[in-house]
Amino acid sequence: MPSTFPRLMLDHAAARPDDAALREKVYGIWQTLSWAALAVLVRELACGLAAAGLQRNAHLVVIGENRPRLYAAMLAAQALGAVPVPLYQDAASAEYMFPINNAEVAFAIAEDQEQLDKLLELRTRCPQLTRLWYDDARGLRHYSEPGLESLDTLIDSGRAFDKAHPGFFDTELAAGRPHDVAAMFFTSGTTGQPKGVVHTHFTLLDRARAGAAFDKLTNHEEVLAYLPPAWIGQNIFSYAQWLACGYVVNCPESAETVMIDLKEIGPTYYFAPPRVFEGLLTSVMIRMEDASRAKRCMFECAMALARRVGPALRDGQAVSALDRLKYRLGDIFVYGPLRNTLGFSRVRVAYTAGEAIGPDLFTFYRSIGINLKQLYGSTETAVFVCLQPDHEARADTVGVPIAGVEIKVEHGGEILVRSPGLLKGYYKNPEATAEVLTADGWYRTGDAGFIAAGGHLKIIDRARDVGVLIGGSHDGALFAPKYVENKLKFFPFIKEAVAFGDKRKMACAFINIDFEAVGNWAEKRNLPYAGYTDLAGRAPVLELVRQCVETVNADLAQDDKLAGSQIHRFLVLHKELDADDGELTRTRKVRRGAIADKYRLLVDALYGDASEQFVETAVTFEDGRSGTVSATLKIVDARTFAGVQRAA
Amino acid sequence: MNTRGIGDVILDVTNISLAFGGVKALTDISFDVREHELRAIIGPNGAGKSSMLNCINGVYTPQQGAISFRGRSFSHMNSRQVAEMGIARTFQNLALFKGMSVLDNIMTGRNLKMKSNLFQQAVHWGAAAREETEHREFVERIVDFLEIQAHRKTPVGRLPYGLQKRVDLGRALAMQPQVLLLDEPMAGMNVEEKQDMSRFILDVNDEYGTTIVLIEHDMGVVMDISDRIVVLDYGLKIGDGTPDEVRANPDVISAYLGTH
Repeated sequence: MPSTFPRLMLDHAAARPDDAALREKVYGIWQTLSWAALAVLVRELACGLAAAGLQRNAHLVVIGENRPRLYAAMLAAQALGAVPVPLYQDAASAEYMFPINNAEVAFAIAEDQEQLDKLLELRTRCPQLTRLWYDDARGLRHYSEPGLESLDTLIDSGRAFDKAHPGFFDTELAAGRPHDVAAMFFTSGTTGQPKGVVHTHFTLLDRARAGAAFDKLTNHEEVLAYLPPAWIGQNIFSYAQWLACGYVVNCPESAETVMIDLKEIGPTYYFAPPRVFEGLLTSVMIRMEDASRAKRCMFECAMALARRVGPALRDGQAVSALDRLKYRLGDIFVYGPLRNTLGFSRVRVAYTAGEAIGPDLFTFYRSIGINLKQLYGSTETAVFVCLQPDHEARADTVGVPIAGVEIKVEHGGEILVRSPGLLKGYYKNPEATAEVLTADGWYRTGDAGFIAAGGHLKIIDRARDVGVLIGGSHDGALFAPKYVENKLKFFPFIKEAVAFGDKRKMACAFINIDFEAVGNWAEKRNLPYAGYTDLAGRAPVLELVRQCVETVNADLAQDDKLAGSQIHRFLVLHKELDADDGELTRTRKVRRGAIADKYRLLVDALYGDASEQFVETAVTFEDGRSGTVSATLKIVDARTFAGVQRAA
Repeated sequence: MNTRGIGDVILDVTNISLAFGGVKALTDISFDVREHELRAIIGPNGAGKSSMLNCINGVYTPQQGAISFRGRSFSHMNSRQVAEMGIARTFQNLALFKGMSVLDNIMTGRNLKMKSNLFQQAVHWGAAAREETEHREFVERIVDFLEIQAHRKTPVGRLPYGLQKRVDLGRALAMQPQVLLLDEPMAGMNVEEKQDMSRFILDVNDEYGTTIVLIEHDMGVVMDISDRIVVLDYGLKIGDGTPDEVRANPDVISAYLGTH
């Protein structure tokens, strides 16, 4: 039954008013907001926004972490038929200018001083941005900007407005239709200006419900909302599905406390991009390295067993009685406590998506008894396209199309999707919309892949990133940079990798070491270093990275399609790739083109004969100042392997 | 440089002299501190800065001179009385309880405000439990203010130095002081930690209206955040005024640069 988000919220409030809707940790204690209290809050906020002049179809920008009052504000805007536009809270001020001007935003809600300062900075360049509200008043006592008020003031004015116009809220709410625009999400965009992806209540709710049905989600789930609300995945998991199912969404205290809060809440339904799982595994491994010998032995024994039988148990395959018994013992002594430490004791369904996940990483979590699965989707498809069924999770596929989804693979390998959850279009950008939406309703994902055994979809790379090698020993061979980068990144020592090779005679790569993991490794070996740049240039570190690269090369050589993508030469970058320097997107994907332009000197050195290259790079520090980092980088040759011999 | 509305003199130090045997730590020092002011004491090593703070704090008793706080003059005062009057301090060499959690460390700052006796606290029932809840709430506001939520339950000894300094500040704040004495709050910190600490000091001054007396080595920080500065050298006061005045003072320049 199609509905709208605010109407679903009111249904929950009517059916079970005292149940928890949202929790937030305030001053160290989890505070619960019931559905009934939420309904009152939304009503007051909506009336306040209406009194301030928010019209149907107007846009309301919301910037901040996951906060109950910001969620309520989005519901309030939707109740009035206005469109909430969540923006990434870690973006720089200038990055907000395009969305705000593009969507003619006049009203914005910011979480705190940090976010508000960024908006105030834009006021001269976004003159239509007249009204601003903030949730957390700290540090804002002396702000006297025109049009600036606290959410408390907005709520008060809403209460007064509601009293003066008693039927207003209900009339506005009733006027909302499922096919009205519900929200707009700006895609981070690896190239060019961001695009506003327009979704209706129907598209988001249809996919939210399809996903919920696939995993049999109930209103008893607990979810921790810790990813940026501007990302559609976060919106689906802790907004659309929250309202569709009526479960509890928990807001952590701050970005630093997420791990502690995760443990306290013990979510049952969890989503994290692969890098979070990677970070968790790295921290476990570092802590195990520091553990006593006996504990390390126990851990290694148990993990060896888990690797052997864990995945089979997860997939519901036959395992011998002895192994079952051993696994149960392992569960008592190692896997259970480990799950608890990670905060995954109660996880029933965990998903990862956004980037390819390393097979060992994926297997690690499944083998210790966490039902980790992959899904496939994008902002434009309202996330859910393919999901992995509980017993069919694999590292190298992304699952089967779920209810309502049709998939076809085009000539060049590009995947096309048709589902009820497709975007309505890009905001004020019919050309871009026409590029991705065909006349007969198919959406071009831009991903290259194919349907593998069992109907599972397998993604190799972005369709436009798949290149060819020209000249050299692998002339004409396929070059899948992301595939190679992902393989490299699976080593805990390597944080990011950027592979080059399209239209060249061989593949080369930039490597970013993981400061924490390599730092710990260096300390264990009494290797002194004076910060990131110094550590990255140390000979033993280069040797360590070379071993990783060669392992990947040996692995790539096994697959004759990808043997040409072996890394011949590489260098370890002197600084961490950073979104603030335009090297990563806000979702931390490498911007290969931008990096190649910025470090042209280094790319040329990789393809030249030099054994080292001096480089100086401008960097933006977290406080907004800028400076430079310089270093002389060694260029290292890695061993490559002949492809597997095949009988002619 | 700010809009906080600096008030009247609340702490007045007049003609203080302090000697340890033949060593004259302080000679005839006089200066005053106004309400809501950020007052800095600077000087080269061994200039008598910490001794000055210790006199105000009641740790040392000066041989001569008087200190008056809110019109009440005292020359002999122990540190407990000073604390009860609303003067709190942090230490150059951290004096935290390393094995205790961040929360417990800050909670010790509430000790003077607790009314229940040892027995009630041991039983933790009735008034004592209620009281602890109230104090815990106050401590939580400080935790929030100093942004150390992620470390609430971590033993202080395991925290990096910069964070330990922040906990030290938190404990002093827990006393709800009227005057806060900070002894080199930024010593041994890196640039980022110094920036954080400067912001917290300014915020304390701004949000709580706390008067702050600060000893600091880092001239850049002092010049940026202080309203007025006292300069000591070999136990003598050689300068007193706004950052600009102090910067232009020839005695200060020679004491710092060693030129004549």
